[in-house]
Amino acid sequence: MEFLKEVPNIRFMALRRYWYALSVVVVVASFALVMFRGLNFTVDFTGGLVLEMGFSRPVDLEEVRGALSAGGLEDFQVRTYGTAREVEVRLPPARTGAAMEEQKRVQAALAELDPEVKVNRTESVGPQVSEQLGNQAALAVLFTLLLVLIYIAFRFRWRFGIGSLVASLHDPIVAVGAISLFQIPFDLNVVAALLTILGYSVNDTVVIFDRIRERFKSMRKAEPAEVIDRAINETLARTIIVSGCALSSVVFLAVLGGETLRGFAIALSIGIVIGTYSSVYVAGAIALDLGASGRDFMPPEKRGDVDDMP
Amino acid sequence: MQRYPLWKGVLLAAIMVAAILLALPNFYGEAPALQLSRRDRGAFDEAATASIVASLTEAGLAADRTWVDDDGRFWARFRRVDDQLKARDVIQAAHEGEYAIALTTASLAPAWLQALGLEPMSLGLDLRGGMLLVYEVDTQGAVTQLLQRMESDFRKVLRDARIPYQEVAVSGTSVQVTLKDPGQAGAARKALLAYDRQLTLADGAAPGMLTATLGEAEIKERQGFAIQQNITALENRVNALGVAETVVQRQGQNRIAVQVPGVQDASEVVRLLGKVATLEFRLVDPVNSPLEAQRTGRAPLGTKLYRMKDGSPVLLKRDVIATGEQLIDATFAPSQGEPAVSVKLDARGGDEMLRTTRENLNRPMAVVFIEKEREMVQRDGREVAVDRSKEEVISVATIRGVFSNNFQITGLSAAEGTELAKLLRAGALAAPIVIVEQRVIGPSVGEDNIKDGTNALLIAGVALFAFMLAYYKVFGLIADIVLLTNVILTVAMLALFNAALTLPGIAGIVLTVGTAVDANILIYERIREELKVGATPWAAINAGFDKAFSAIADSNVTMFMSGIVLFLFGSGPVRGFAVTMMIGIAASMFTALIGSRALIHLVYGRRRRIERLAI
Repeated sequence: MEFLKEVPNIRFMALRRYWYALSVVVVVASFALVMFRGLNFTVDFTGGLVLEMGFSRPVDLEEVRGALSAGGLEDFQVRTYGTAREVEVRLPPARTGAAMEEQKRVQAALAELDPEVKVNRTESVGPQVSEQLGNQAALAVLFTLLLVLIYIAFRFRWRFGIGSLVASLHDPIVAVGAISLFQIPFDLNVVAALLTILGYSVNDTVVIFDRIRERFKSMRKAEPAEVIDRAINETLARTIIVSGCALSSVVFLAVLGGETLRGFAIALSIGIVIGTYSSVYVAGAIALDLGASGRDFMPPEKRGDVDDMP
Repeated sequence: MQRYPLWKGVLLAAIMVAAILLALPNFYGEAPALQLSRRDRGAFDEAATASIVASLTEAGLAADRTWVDDDGRFWARFRRVDDQLKARDVIQAAHEGEYAIALTTASLAPAWLQALGLEPMSLGLDLRGGMLLVYEVDTQGAVTQLLQRMESDFRKVLRDARIPYQEVAVSGTSVQVTLKDPGQAGAARKALLAYDRQLTLADGAAPGMLTATLGEAEIKERQGFAIQQNITALENRVNALGVAETVVQRQGQNRIAVQVPGVQDASEVVRLLGKVATLEFRLVDPVNSPLEAQRTGRAPLGTKLYRMKDGSPVLLKRDVIATGEQLIDATFAPSQGEPAVSVKLDARGGDEMLRTTRENLNRPMAVVFIEKEREMVQRDGREVAVDRSKEEVISVATIRGVFSNNFQITGLSAAEGTELAKLLRAGALAAPIVIVEQRVIGPSVGEDNIKDGTNALLIAGVALFAFMLAYYKVFGLIADIVLLTNVILTVAMLALFNAALTLPGIAGIVLTVGTAVDANILIYERIREELKVGATPWAAINAGFDKAFSAIADSNVTMFMSGIVLFLFGSGPVRGFAVTMMIGIAASMFTALIGSRALIHLVYGRRRRIERLAI
């Protein structure tokens, strides 16, 4: 079995203006989404209290809201997760150290509704922790980008470093846009997913760059755009198979992995699709427009002279 | 014919055997068990073991297996949770107070595996259910406490040296002394240095003023000590819960994370762990009337008004003899048939106690229990932390003799004595702590998580294996074996590093399996390309591995780097993910580059001629 019997000859670089335009539109749309629609931050970042309650019978959210109000609670959000018997109650940050009391009040209020109600899970994160978690996440993203830039610039040339940096920045941004669009809960796991997307996207880009480097050495007479197209085409089969495999494992995770991992897995799925797109269409194109050419990988002139000697 | 170096093959086989051994205990599962440790911290001997087994047999309960571990703790494994719970009650009734009994699970792996010290990897709280509490230590409070003690000590030193002072007061991170007679500055300096040679003393703004400032290093040391003491105190309280495999560890600058696995009453755990308390030993003022002070609302100079447990007022001297921080231990130990609490102080507290008791024989001394609670209140639209403290005199006892760092408090009932010892120990905390993060995962949620996670892992794996087999035929089969090896190696390394498996950890494994394929695909696609341009099978295989190497190395290194960053900056779930991802990447590099090549040699290496490769 083989998907691409012959190496295709798609001229990716010729159409790069359109891909740029598409990327810019999607990135701008992502920023707009985050700004106007916002992110569905979980307690990890907002601080506050979350209780996942399991009722012995399916309950109506209105009933739950009524019971909580009757219990004297304010500013709460409720939603079901999983089945209609499982309800998540979210409260803003309590006074520090008072989370336990708050939790008891919720339990007492809901016990009025269903005496057999059980607490499946609670999370309470204080404002000082959530602020720190947010800072740590931002720092982690920055450091990963910096490390990647240095590594690529060291292994390839700076033009490729910039190309992979733009491509790998592009991916988490679009993924965050998609997370905002679908209002996927943004928790610590999703940050891990974003960083994985970064790593994955760089991984994909590096494989293609590796082939570009090789082709620049072997196709000395060819135009840079032609060389890059050739490298992308030659690695296309691998790109499709690998992305397909990675995508299928995270889709399984999203569908079967349970509620806790769903946001993480969906974010990863989106990221893998975008990461594949950006390494094929964006990364090489940027290196090309920055003036990448065979000279970037030529051995120094002198060595050539020595080789010519008998 | 291609030869594969024998030593490489032997090394590979050895690594695989080791990995399979390490991973093996995970496939046997676990059963409910009891873990007993002696309250006196001694090791279990044969007699103790025999007596417990006897009381179990008497109650008609048969343990599946019993043994004593390296730390001298006794284990009994049962078939059913019912038996486990019954056994706990039986042992508790038959050997009251002798053992700390913890409900736990034990591996079902055969004894020879356990004898090798091989244990299944532990599960994170999200997979087994349990509770995570993160405390923040008020390190500032610890420093303030130290300054206050210095202030009190300075007064005493100056008084003892008969140097009159106008004021001794804390300001910022220093203690300022203002003398009545500026001419005595030299004498005061000498006296203070005699008391503590490490003091940094400087002349103050005016003549006759001395300033003792805490250095940066001293403050750091003090804060570190406060955290360490809190960790010790929390460890003791967590152990008292009787739950096995609890974890208390420092997290970042000034936080302590506590993990309590299993089914718990969350509010009870919080209550038991969260009592932030300290103690003060003070003399009772024998002259002034506490009732008078209560009536006027003004305590006489040098005293402070407190309340006893029953609400009656008591006047205590302002000078603190010793604080909970100087308390090393307090135990309820009946002496000569009379209930008593023996108290042990450190040297400094002992010195102070010696001086005080010598001068105040037959006068009453009190212990003040201080419970601190930090509250966030709205003030001018901003959240402000306010410390509320509840102070209560828990004991007033007459000083019957001169003593220093070892003494007994008597004249209590047995119940009072036990309670007092408990409170005294609780008061040994150095600095206030407050919960900043709390997560509780119900055990059924944990079970669901592990079921869902492993299901996803299995199905994703099967789909991937089927695809590889269909797409690359014999080479696909090799890739499948390599991938399986990859998972075994990852599990083995997790077990080796004693890393707990968490849900994000399972996600990490799923992801590495997904991307570990990448290395194989890179190689096989390369081999196909080489075959297309007419290379001979062995040339194609060798070229495939060689040319794919740089791409595999570069891509794995970048992935690994983001793993390191995740580990350094992440916490909790993110770290678990990072660890499994990094281990998975290392395993996949090894298996794809070395393992897969070895297998190809095993399949094709012996043939004299290969017509075509099944790829």
